[in-house]
Amino acid sequence: MRPEPFGALLYHFGTRRLSFLKNQRVLAVVRSLADHPSARAACAAAGVSEAELPVYARALATLADSKMISERTVA
Amino acid sequence: MTLTHDMAPAGPSAAPGKLTDLFQLGLDAPICLTWELTYACNLSCVHCLSSSGRRDPRELSTAECMAVIDTLERMQVFYVNIGGGEPTVRPDFWELVDYATAHHVGVKFSTNGVKLDPAAAARLAASDYVDVQISLDGATADVNDAVRGPGSYATAMRAMQNLADAGFRGFKLSVVMTRQNIPQLDQFKAIADRFGAQLRLTRLRPSGRGADVWHDLHPLPEQQRILYDWLVAHGEQVLTGDSFFHLSAYGSALPGLNLCGAGRVVCLIDPVGDVYACPFAIHSEFLAGNVRDTGGFETVWKSSPLFASLRAPDTGGACRSCGFYDSCRGGCMAAKFFTGLPLDGPDPECVQGYGSAALAAVSGAAPKPSVDHSHRKVPVSIGRRRPPSKDCDENPLSGFTA
Repeated sequence: MRPEPFGALLYHFGTRRLSFLKNQRVLAVVRSLADHPSARAACAAAGVSEAELPVYARALATLADSKMISERTVA
Repeated sequence: MTLTHDMAPAGPSAAPGKLTDLFQLGLDAPICLTWELTYACNLSCVHCLSSSGRRDPRELSTAECMAVIDTLERMQVFYVNIGGGEPTVRPDFWELVDYATAHHVGVKFSTNGVKLDPAAAARLAASDYVDVQISLDGATADVNDAVRGPGSYATAMRAMQNLADAGFRGFKLSVVMTRQNIPQLDQFKAIADRFGAQLRLTRLRPSGRGADVWHDLHPLPEQQRILYDWLVAHGEQVLTGDSFFHLSAYGSALPGLNLCGAGRVVCLIDPVGDVYACPFAIHSEFLAGNVRDTGGFETVWKSSPLFASLRAPDTGGACRSCGFYDSCRGGCMAAKFFTGLPLDGPDPECVQGYGSAALAAVSGAAPKPSVDHSHRKVPVSIGRRRPPSKDCDENPLSGFTA
């Protein structure tokens, strides 16, 4: 993950695919996913409002589809 | 030869603003860059974008290449597209590939296959961070060898067989689209499928020696439409290096980044360390600096006045009033430059037809590439020295006839 003025770029060496985070807030959400029990909690902590949640849910789903983020495995 | 980037178009939005608008202003570091390691090549393809053939004596040394890789790692450049010339003929090629991947810089390299024997193929199949692109410009030997030279079809097919036998899945079969091979689109796909490879199609540019053959090789207008429809039908299965964005003016945009990335998201480092805005623009007009300069590549990328000007919002120039400008963004800078067209006007292959009108209006010669390493075409004859015709005759030229 590489920070950029507009957000961040993500590159997956396995799939050789590039994804984009188009603003600072979605970047904050992605960065803090591991620290929160759920994606919803990470969004709330980053200041995403209830009304905005569906947009962020779609963004995270896209990242999951492209294997940029994955479900936590229980240790 | 090499190309730019094959991007996944997917990006979480969650924000206003189109990606092309964000990229227009440039990035802190390139997403990927093309690095031509040598001008030396065993082939003499008629359309070579870098006019390669002979090694340049000023070529970057192994240590200098490693220093460049250190910089790319620090700047978090995701990967480099290594090309040439034929990069695998450099004796330190594998050493540099290993050094890059060990330093978190992914490698994709383009080759005509000359060095991809079973051992090299096995080595490549074992790495997750190295991707290979085999260049082939005809689905049959006659079409390919007319452009890339005798025997080059067999070499490429053997290399792909070696990769497939070694278990390398998803390497790239890279094709420059020409008037002669557009009728072979389905055959190329079949070859890629046969070897478990992914097809990658790119645009012919009038760059390097390509300028000499562009008028005979570039696709005809009706072929452009065939190509566009074929690309739309195959979607993300086929890579394009985002090189056909000029075709987006036919209708819906093609997958990928529909924007000229020169100096904004990509650039070229040539074998002697010169940094150009794009691999197709090896000309002093597009030379931004050299990695041997103080501050190295990072300073060139961040501070070159040329790159700053390329990142300035463009006005669209003569294309501004065209309803398709948002789709094609005026097309390819290098294609315009090397056909003598103004950079702020239509692409020579503009699908709305403005290019042919502009070409007809060009007066004077188009700019010539400023760097040429082509194999010399002058026939060389080597004289054989015979023993002195007389014992007392010590003149070294004795016995030679002019």
